[in-house]
Amino acid sequence: MNNYIMAFVVGGIICVIGQILMDTTKLTPARILVVFVTAGVILGALNVYDVVIEYGKAGGSIPLPGFGYSLAKSVMKEVDEFGLIGAFTGGIKGTAGGITAAIFFGYIMALIFNPKTKE
Amino acid sequence: MGRRVGLQTVEIESKPRIIGTYNIVGPKEGQGPLREYFDKILDDDLNGTESFEKAESSLLYTAISESIKKAKLKEVDINYLLAGDLLNQLSSSCFAARDLNIPFIGLYGACSTMAESLSVGSMIMEGGLAHYVVAATSSHFSSAERQFRLPLEMGSQRAPTAQWTVTGAGAMVLGKKGDFPYVTHVTTGKVKDYGIVDVNNMGVAMAPAAVDTIKQHFMDTGRKPSDYDVIATGDLGIIGREFTEKLLLEYKYDMKGHYIDCGEKIFDPKRQGTNAGGSGCGCSAVVATGYLFKNMLQGKFKRILLVSTGALLSSTSSLQGETIPGIAHAVSIEFGGE
Repeated sequence: MNNYIMAFVVGGIICVIGQILMDTTKLTPARILVVFVTAGVILGALNVYDVVIEYGKAGGSIPLPGFGYSLAKSVMKEVDEFGLIGAFTGGIKGTAGGITAAIFFGYIMALIFNPKTKE
Repeated sequence: MGRRVGLQTVEIESKPRIIGTYNIVGPKEGQGPLREYFDKILDDDLNGTESFEKAESSLLYTAISESIKKAKLKEVDINYLLAGDLLNQLSSSCFAARDLNIPFIGLYGACSTMAESLSVGSMIMEGGLAHYVVAATSSHFSSAERQFRLPLEMGSQRAPTAQWTVTGAGAMVLGKKGDFPYVTHVTTGKVKDYGIVDVNNMGVAMAPAAVDTIKQHFMDTGRKPSDYDVIATGDLGIIGREFTEKLLLEYKYDMKGHYIDCGEKIFDPKRQGTNAGGSGCGCSAVVATGYLFKNMLQGKFKRILLVSTGALLSSTSSLQGETIPGIAHAVSIEFGGE
C-alpha cells in the first residue's frame, strides 16, 4: 500500500512542476517535454534520480524524467559492456519497449478515435 | 463618384446597400449571448463532413449561397465573390468557391477579412464595375487550432490570455437599390507591429492597429466616437478591448458607451470557458451580419463602424520567433438616420 501512496505523491509532484511551468512561463508543451527528459538524463547520470525511483517506484519511472533516466542508465550499461559505441546504441536499446509501445498504442488510438473540438 | 478624404479614407457616394446577409455558427457560439441573431446554429461542428477543414468550407458555402437566396438573386447575378479565411492558401474559401458559379477573388486579411472584403466590395460597387458583390469569410475553431496552435489530439491546455476561434461564417450581398443599410466610408488600415511575440495574446498584438485605424478614421472624416451608435472591433477580446480604449483616450477619443468588441460579445467567458473572448475571421463576420446588422434593420443602431482586426502571423513566422503584425480595416455603415 505504501508503494501506491508514494507513487501517487512522487508522480504528482513531477506533474505539479510541469503545471507550474505551463502556467507561469511561456514555455511551450514541447519545450517542457524536452526539459523533463533532459533533466531525467542528467539526474540519472548523476545517480540522483535513482533515489526518486527508489521511493516513488512507477511514480518516478513513468513520467518523462523516468524516460530520460532509462536513457542515461542504458547508455552507461552499454558503454561498460561494449565500449564507447554503447553511447550510440545503449539509449535506444534500453528504451525500445517504451518507444515501441508509444508508437503501437498511438496508432491503435488513432484508428479507434477521432479528434473532437474542445469543450 | 467616390472621393478620397484625408489620408486613408474613401467616401462611398453611391452608398452600396447590404441587401442580404446570412450567418451560420457552431454549437458553442449558438449557446452564447448573441444566439438570437444567428440565422443557423449547428448541432454538430463537423456539419456532416469528415474533417474540420471540410466543415469550415461547407459553412462558408452555406453562408454565401443562403445570403444570395435572401437577396432574391441567383449565383450568376453576382459579379464578384470576395472571400477569405485563416487556412493555408485560403483553402476554405477556394473550396467553397469551387462549388459556386461566381468570379472569385481571394483575400487574406486574417481576422480582418470581413471589413476587408466589404471595403473592396464597396469600392468595386462605387466604381460601377459590378451590379452585385458578395463579401464573405469563415473560421473554425478546430481547423484554426490545428493550423496555428497544436493538434486537437494532443489535448493541450489553453493559456489564460488565449482567445477562442469562432466557428462560423458570414456573408453580405452588396447591391445598388433597396431600403437597406449602406456603406458610406471605408478606412483601410496600415500594418502595425509593436513587437508582441506571444501567440496567446493576439488581442494586445492587434490593438495598436485598431487604434491607428480608428484614430485615422476620425481624423479623415472629422467624426468622433459619439457620432456612432456602435464602434465594433473584430476580435481583440477583453484584454485587447481595454487596451484599445485606453490608447484611444490618450489621443482624446473617449470611446465609452460607443464601443464593443465582437470577440468579447460573442461568448460568455465565465460560463463558456473562453478566457479572453472569441477570435477568428468568423467572429466579426457573424457579429456584423447578426447582432449589428439586425439591430440596424430594426432601427436600434443608425450608424455603426465595423473595425475588423487581423493578426497577420503565420504558423512558420511564430515558430521562428517573429513578432505579430496587426491590421484593422474600418467600414462605416448607416441606415435610417441622416
